[in-house]
Amino acid sequence: MIELLADAAGVTGNLKILGAVGYGLAAIGPGVGIGIIFGNGVQAIARQPEAYGVIRQNMFIGFALAEALALLGFVAPFVFGG
Amino acid sequence: MLDLLSPGLLAELDCSSPHLNSGCGFPAPTTEIFVFHPVWQFTILGIDFSIGKPMIMALMFSILIVVFFVLAFGRAKVVPSKLQSVGELGYLFVRDQISRETIGKSGDKFIPFLFALFFFIFVMNFLEILPGAQLPVTSIYAFPVALALMVWVVYMYLGVRHQGPWGFFRNMMFPPGVPVPIYFILSPIELISNVIVRPFTLSIRLFANMFAGHILLTVFTVATLYLMNVSVMGILGSTTSFLMTIIMTAFELLIEFLQAYIFTLLTASYIAGSLHAEH
Repeated sequence: MIELLADAAGVTGNLKILGAVGYGLAAIGPGVGIGIIFGNGVQAIARQPEAYGVIRQNMFIGFALAEALALLGFVAPFVFGG
Repeated sequence: MLDLLSPGLLAELDCSSPHLNSGCGFPAPTTEIFVFHPVWQFTILGIDFSIGKPMIMALMFSILIVVFFVLAFGRAKVVPSKLQSVGELGYLFVRDQISRETIGKSGDKFIPFLFALFFFIFVMNFLEILPGAQLPVTSIYAFPVALALMVWVVYMYLGVRHQGPWGFFRNMMFPPGVPVPIYFILSPIELISNVIVRPFTLSIRLFANMFAGHILLTVFTVATLYLMNVSVMGILGSTTSFLMTIIMTAFELLIEFLQAYIFTLLTASYIAGSLHAEH
């Protein structure tokens, strides 16, 4: 279907590059999210250094959950593009 | 200059081991690097078994894990031997940091499951940087899917058994303290998110991290070889690629441990949510 749209719009060339663009767009959100997580984590450690262990655990949990979305964006072109 | 790249010349180039200025492009790794030809193929009752490299490594290292922990805990003494101390480090990590934090003391009967899950995933991930193996077995999508399905069966069964079939779905979909109109949006989202999306994201998170890591290491390794040339670009590029391979290997070690930890922690969290209804 994407080939039909490309023909209609007059685009020539290899459309596989769309996968790379897709990943680039998909990495914006998780990038911001991970920055927020670790920024707030560092602030929390600065406020209460003795809670370092608890805060670090929660930081890593949040990081893994946000990272999953970015990696979904990396894998999607392989799944849908072959 | 463009004449050098005419089709006639390109047709005579042998691109089996390309280098920087040979006219062959960079041989970027595709999903082909995850395809392994079977070493042994047989059929039982119409089901086709193809034993290839991932399966052999999964079996070999599963047996290795079992042998290690049987040796460590087989004849456990109160004053531990050296192997038992190392085994205890692993066990206490799963018990204190993962199980007791999320489920509490009452969930001690699930520690064997979480322990096996954690070490299986960690060792299968670790094969990515082990010389000789160098394929993260969990980057074959079937392995994370099987693990995620096991976890799904466990937390669905526990939820239905501890809260009753209607109680489980009622506590999930209609949490108390929410204004009534919100329930129309909240309940379908909660149902889909807890029953359908959870195993999907659990498997995809593990698979995609290992898949991306393996491709990353392959790109830097191939680039090191591709850029080997006597020119300035060749020396700089090749050295940088090699350094990046080493740095990425260390980074991948962190990611492997983190992914095993996260998978096990989320499993424990789902089990806790099934045992005690979230208020």
